[in-house]
Amino acid sequence: MKSLFKPAFAALLVSTGMAWAAPDAITVGMVLEPPNLDPTAGAAAAIDEVVYANVFEGLTRFGADGAVLPGLAEAWEVSADGRIWTFFLRSDVKFHDGTTFDAYDVEFSLNRARAEDSTNAQKPLFAGIDLVEVFELGNIVITLKEPDGAFPWKMAWGDAVIVAPESAATLATNPVGTGPFVFSEWVQGDHVTLTANEDYWGGKPALARATFRFISDPTAAFAAMMAGDVDAFPNFPAPETLPLLAADPRFKVIVGSTEGETILAMNNKVAPLDNVKLREAIAHAINRQDIIDGAMFGYGTPIGTHFAPHNPDYVDLTGLSAYNQEMAKKILADAGLSGIKLRLALPPPTYARRGGEIIAAQLRAVGIETEISNLEWAQWLEQVFRGKDFDLTIVSHTEPMDIDIYSRPDYYFQYARPEFVALIDKLKGTTDATARSELLRQAQEMIAKDYVNGYLFQLAKTGVANAKLVGLWENSPTQANDLTAVHWVD
Amino acid sequence: MRPGLAIGIVLAGVALAAALTSLVWTPYDVTELVISQKLQAPSALHWLGTDHFGRDIAAMLMVGARTSLAVALVAVGIGMGIGVPLGLLAASKPGWADELTMRGNDLIFAFPSLVIAILITAVFGPSAVNAIIAIGIFNIPVFARVTRGGALSLWTLDYIRSAQVAGKGRARISLEHVLPNIANLLIVQGTIQFSLGILAEAGLSYVGLGAQPPLPSWGRMLAEAQTMVTLAPHVAIFPGLAIVATVLGLNLLGDGLRDALDPRLRHAR
Repeated sequence: MKSLFKPAFAALLVSTGMAWAAPDAITVGMVLEPPNLDPTAGAAAAIDEVVYANVFEGLTRFGADGAVLPGLAEAWEVSADGRIWTFFLRSDVKFHDGTTFDAYDVEFSLNRARAEDSTNAQKPLFAGIDLVEVFELGNIVITLKEPDGAFPWKMAWGDAVIVAPESAATLATNPVGTGPFVFSEWVQGDHVTLTANEDYWGGKPALARATFRFISDPTAAFAAMMAGDVDAFPNFPAPETLPLLAADPRFKVIVGSTEGETILAMNNKVAPLDNVKLREAIAHAINRQDIIDGAMFGYGTPIGTHFAPHNPDYVDLTGLSAYNQEMAKKILADAGLSGIKLRLALPPPTYARRGGEIIAAQLRAVGIETEISNLEWAQWLEQVFRGKDFDLTIVSHTEPMDIDIYSRPDYYFQYARPEFVALIDKLKGTTDATARSELLRQAQEMIAKDYVNGYLFQLAKTGVANAKLVGLWENSPTQANDLTAVHWVD
Repeated sequence: MRPGLAIGIVLAGVALAAALTSLVWTPYDVTELVISQKLQAPSALHWLGTDHFGRDIAAMLMVGARTSLAVALVAVGIGMGIGVPLGLLAASKPGWADELTMRGNDLIFAFPSLVIAILITAVFGPSAVNAIIAIGIFNIPVFARVTRGGALSLWTLDYIRSAQVAGKGRARISLEHVLPNIANLLIVQGTIQFSLGILAEAGLSYVGLGAQPPLPSWGRMLAEAQTMVTLAPHVAIFPGLAIVATVLGLNLLGDGLRDALDPRLRHAR
């Protein structure tokens, strides 16, 4: 009896001992798995959500409130004409593979990103750069073609992180950066694991290990949260279950803002949607509040243009496309439009799938028939985003300050009105804050009055986390899950 | 009448009646979304409550019954229309024709129905029509085998032999003498395949490969109810019950018909 009791007691000790140990690991749930892990060579938000500020760092970085903070550059200064930027680099930074970080890495990274054959998804960020020069290892001098007050902001993007020439070729599967976490393993279809960088210049992070688990199914996400398999789900896919989680003392629900303008994108170059009257009618047929309530269970802020409402330069233009079925019918009748039938392509997120069904019903009410097709992300990127083979689609544009996508002639919704392109060009060369605000206001108004897309709502960041976890970002000023400051408390 | 058969007739009859009624009348319009009325519990206004878009669940189930029954009916039709002639051919011509058709059937049997459905929808896109085709295809070998099995035993009987001696061709004998004598068998098998067809349609719709929105379907109702179960259980319970009741009803009906139509079983019990 005694011999039986001993191992059992030992096992008990071991198990309780494990439970009492201060947790230094975290499992973060994500809906989408990144297609690769190189933020400088891919458009997917999921890449940045794993590696931004964790594995990779840029000259500057976004803080939790969206402010541009020093990153690998401790400070910077600009010449009087606004064209020559000098960034003073940290001298105590090493890449995860042991190589030293210096100005040549910056030169390499920027030239790689803006090269002719670059695969960077945000090449416009680097388009203004004329010359990148290294005079000494501790600083980098960047000459711009035009003055650009937003240059440090551009360098804070995930697409502008600094990589080393020694490891740049294999970043997609083996990301090597300078951040507080080192890439450890990627089991495709399941998870990515990062471990603490002992030699991080900013001090060793509180967490020893961070695992990103990919759970696309909302039900599975809820189950994983309830079972404790996941400690935090910063973008929780099932908003309807948030009240249940909020009522549970084990969890806290974090509702914040994102940069995600959720739009009903329309193919502006293809009949019948090349007709502004039809687009206007569609805009008036849409009941935004019903979409927010029905698809997002109330989480979301109505928008009337492609701009984030929490941005100080935001102009409320929802009145231009106010919900009015009679007006929509009248516009259609006056324009002689009848028997319209459109295809509606829906990617997997809840806002698209549920929002799509609601919009289909709202359009049917004014006499526009839609045919819904549910697409997986790969199909959507291929057919809609790259192939431009669509009439209507619903998607959330989560990049910050991305109104300039309307000036890109080859962008999937194909707007690029010359006046708008000129406006954005002018904005790029303007550094004065008041003048920038005015230009941004004009840009917002132009796309709203042209009814380029149906502007639905600003995506809310609806996150769930273990109540004992602190340091997670409340808002999403950029696509990121910065774990640097995350730790457990009792 | 056996109680099983009676229950089967009632359950299947209710589903059929709901589907037929939905052609002319539903309590609410299922294409109209009333978001302010979402996830209402069952009440006098909405007997079975409302779903996450404020649609009346009773109305959704009625139209969903139409989708389910139509898909299953056409799929069984495809299976019978192709499978039965193949089975008759195989039974009437032992040798290469028999081998060829039956091995072809084995080939289809080897693929799980869901794999065939995914294959078809991957190529042609998900829709109710493609679900019908997918379910129909895996019904073909079932009917071919049942027909061949039943027909083979008939071909050894004297009256078939005498028909042959009288100069009737194989095709004519198959149609005039074999088919009527295996009709019972086919009706029973048809009922069972019909219930499997409803289950298959629900399964395909559940994974998003069946009927596309806004066309209501029991399987998709269940899929959409998944995350709401804790919030409003009725959105999952009623579509689930509809599937269970209809499939159970059809199975009882099939069993009952077999007992009633097979003279040997009738006397034995």
